[in-house]
Amino acid sequence: MQPTSRAFRANARAALDNKTLQQAMANLGFRQKRLEAISRLPEFEALRDQARDIKNHTLQHLDFYLEAYEAKLRESGGQVHWCRTPEEARQTILGICRSLGARTVTKGKTMIAEEIALNPFLEENGIAPIETDLGEYIIQLRNEPPSHIIAPAIHVTKEQVADSFLEKHAVYGKTRRLSEPREMLEEARGILRDKFLKADVGITGANFLIAETGSSIIVTNEGNGDLTQLLPRAHIVLATPEKLVPTLEDVSTILRLLARSATGQEFSVYTTVSTGPRRKEDPDGPEQYHVVILDNGRSAMLGTEFQDMLRCIRCSACMNHCPVYGAVGGHAYGWVYPGPMGAVLTPSLIGVDQAGTLPNASTFCGKCESVCPMRIPLPKMMRHWREREYEQHLSSTVSRLGLAAWAFLARRPSLYRFATGWAARVLGLLGRRHGNFANLPLAGGWTRFRDMPAPEGRTFHQAWAERAQRNQGR
Amino acid sequence: MSDARSDILAGIRRALKRGPVDGETRRALEARLQGHRPNLVPKRGQTAGRERIDAFVQMAEFSLATVTRVARAEQVPQAVADYLKSQNLPAELRMAPDPGLDAIPWANLPLLKIARGKPEPGDEVGLTGVFAGIAETGTLMLLSGPRSPSTLNFLPETHIAVVRADRLVGSYEDGWSALRQKNAAMPRTVNFITGPSRSGDIEQTLQLGAHGPRRLHIIVVDDGTPPGER
Ligand code: SF4
Repeated sequence: MQPTSRAFRANARAALDNKTLQQAMANLGFRQKRLEAISRLPEFEALRDQARDIKNHTLQHLDFYLEAYEAKLRESGGQVHWCRTPEEARQTILGICRSLGARTVTKGKTMIAEEIALNPFLEENGIAPIETDLGEYIIQLRNEPPSHIIAPAIHVTKEQVADSFLEKHAVYGKTRRLSEPREMLEEARGILRDKFLKADVGITGANFLIAETGSSIIVTNEGNGDLTQLLPRAHIVLATPEKLVPTLEDVSTILRLLARSATGQEFSVYTTVSTGPRRKEDPDGPEQYHVVILDNGRSAMLGTEFQDMLRCIRCSACMNHCPVYGAVGGHAYGWVYPGPMGAVLTPSLIGVDQAGTLPNASTFCGKCESVCPMRIPLPKMMRHWREREYEQHLSSTVSRLGLAAWAFLARRPSLYRFATGWAARVLGLLGRRHGNFANLPLAGGWTRFRDMPAPEGRTFHQAWAERAQRNQGR
Repeated sequence: MSDARSDILAGIRRALKRGPVDGETRRALEARLQGHRPNLVPKRGQTAGRERIDAFVQMAEFSLATVTRVARAEQVPQAVADYLKSQNLPAELRMAPDPGLDAIPWANLPLLKIARGKPEPGDEVGLTGVFAGIAETGTLMLLSGPRSPSTLNFLPETHIAVVRADRLVGSYEDGWSALRQKNAAMPRTVNFITGPSRSGDIEQTLQLGAHGPRRLHIIVVDDGTPPGER
C-alpha cells in the first residue's frame, strides 16, 4: 500500500467534509461494550499488568523464543520461512502458491498482508486473492484500504454496501438492490461459501504464535478464518516475530484481555489454535502448513524507546477511544495502521519522513494509554516521534516559527506575562458576546470544525495570583 | 549475502545488546516453557461442582448459544429432535464419528436421519461431542482428529454440541492441562467456540451466521456426577 501519511492534514480536512463518512463514524459502539465487559471481570487490571510483563519478557528473549517456536513447528510437520522485507515475503508466498499450481487464494483478515500489499501482487501474478472477512470483502469490492484494524469497513454505510454488491454481484446473477444488512450478509455468505470450497490456498494472519507448541492462533467472530485454513490444500500463516508468546498459559491470560478490549465480548466466537498440517488419520484440514515470519522493521524497534509498541495485540481499543480517529476515520492516516497505535507504529515501519505528521494527530488526552490492555505508553512515544521529527527538521515552518516565538517569550517571564495578558484581554473583549469564536486569524484550520472558547479576559497566571491574594485575605 | 533467518536473529541480538541466550538464563527459559505454570486465573474460572455447570450454562447463553439440560444420555435424541422441530429444521443431521456419540441410543428415535462423517455440501445440521466445556466464558473446546472433523464445526448452518457435565472445566488453563494429560502432542486444530458465528461489519449491526453456523445449540448431559469427578 502506497503511504499517503504525509498528507494527513489534507486527508483529515477532506474526511471532516465527507458527510457519508461522518454519518458512518457517528457512533462507535465499541466503547460502551468494552466498559461493560471489563466491569464484569474484577481481575481486569491485574491481568493487564501480567499481560504487559509476559510480552516484555518475551521481547527481552525474542531470539530464544523464535528458535524454540521454530523447532516445535518443524516437529509438527510445518514449514517456516524467514523474511526480512515485504518483497521477500511476497516472493515466498508466491513460490508456495506456484508450487501448488494455485489459481485462487482465500484470505482471512491480516493487516500484515496489507502492509506488504499482497493482493495486488498476487493479482499481477495471475492468482486471485479473495478476502473472506465480511468487512474486508466489502472494501475489496470497493477497491479501498481498511480504515480500522478489526472493523475494516467501518467507514462504509449500508447504502454503499448495497451499491457495491449490486455492481459486483451481477456476475453471480444477483441483480436486486438490497436494503437490509441481513440480506447483504446472506448474499455475501452464499457467494463466499463457494469460493471457500474452491480455493487452492488459504492465507491467514496470526494473533499469536506459541513457542511451547509451535502453534499459531487466530481469533475471529465470523468463522471465515477457519474455513480459510481448513478447506484448501495449504494454509499459509503470515506473521511477525513480536506475535510470539511463550506458553498456552501465557496466551490464555492475554486472550482474556483481547476480545473485551476490542468488541467488549467475553471471548471471541472462534479462537483457533493450529499446529502443523493435518495428521495422517485426520479426515480434513490442510496438507501443508507454512508460516512466513516477516520482520519488516520490528527487530529494529527492540532496544529503542519504541520497543513497548511491540507489545501491541491489535485490539483497536486505542483508536476506538481516540477523539482524532473518531473525527477523521482511518483513511486519513494514509497507511495500514490508523489511530494512536498507527501514529506510533507507522513512522517506525515506513520512516518518520513519510509518517512524521501522524504523531501530531493527537490531543494528548491520554485516553489511548488508559484503555490499552497492554499498557503501551502511546502518548509518550508520540512525543518521542515529535522530538525526532523536530530534530530532523521535518516539521512545518509555521510550527517551527511558532515554537521559536513561544520559546523566546517563555524564557522571559515578564515579557511572557505581558504578552499573554494582553492577548487574553483582547480575545476576552472580542469574544464576550458569544463566549467563543467561530473563526480566528491564523487559526482557521482549528476553528473550521470547532469553536474556540473565548478567554475570560485574564490569563491563568493572573487568575492564580488573584486567588492567592484572596486566600491570604481570609 | 547471509540468509534471512540469521540476519533477523542477529539483528534481534544486536538490538538487545547481547549474544545468544545461554547458561543459566537459557535453562530458566526452558524450564518456563515446560513448566505450564498458570498466571492469574480469574475467580470465575475457578468454579467447582454444580456451580460450574450453572456458570457454563449462563455464559454460553450470554454468548447467544442456546442450551438444554438433560439428565441421561438416553434423552439426547429426543432433545435433538425437539430442538430441530422448534427451529423448523428437517430431522436430519451429520454426526461426528465419535464413539461417545455412538453410545447414545439413537435407534430409539428412528425419525432422526443420521449420517456419520465429515460434512458434505448440503448438510444443514452438524452434531458433535466436545473435548471440554469451559465454564469461565461458556466456551466449547474441540480437538481435530478422526473422531471430530473440524469442518463439521463450521460448514453446517446449525451446530449441535453434546456436552457431558463431567467434561466441564473452570478455565482455559484447565482445558490445556486436560489436553496435555490426554495427548502427548497438540492436535492439528484446537477450536474454542463461544456462541454462534457473527459479524458486525455492516454499520456495526450484529448479524448471526456470518460464515460459520448461525445457531449453536448445546445439550448438557447432567446425570448428577459433579464435573471432573468421573
Ligand atoms: S496499542 Fe494497545 S489499545 Fe491500541 S491496538 Fe495495540 S494493544 Fe490495542
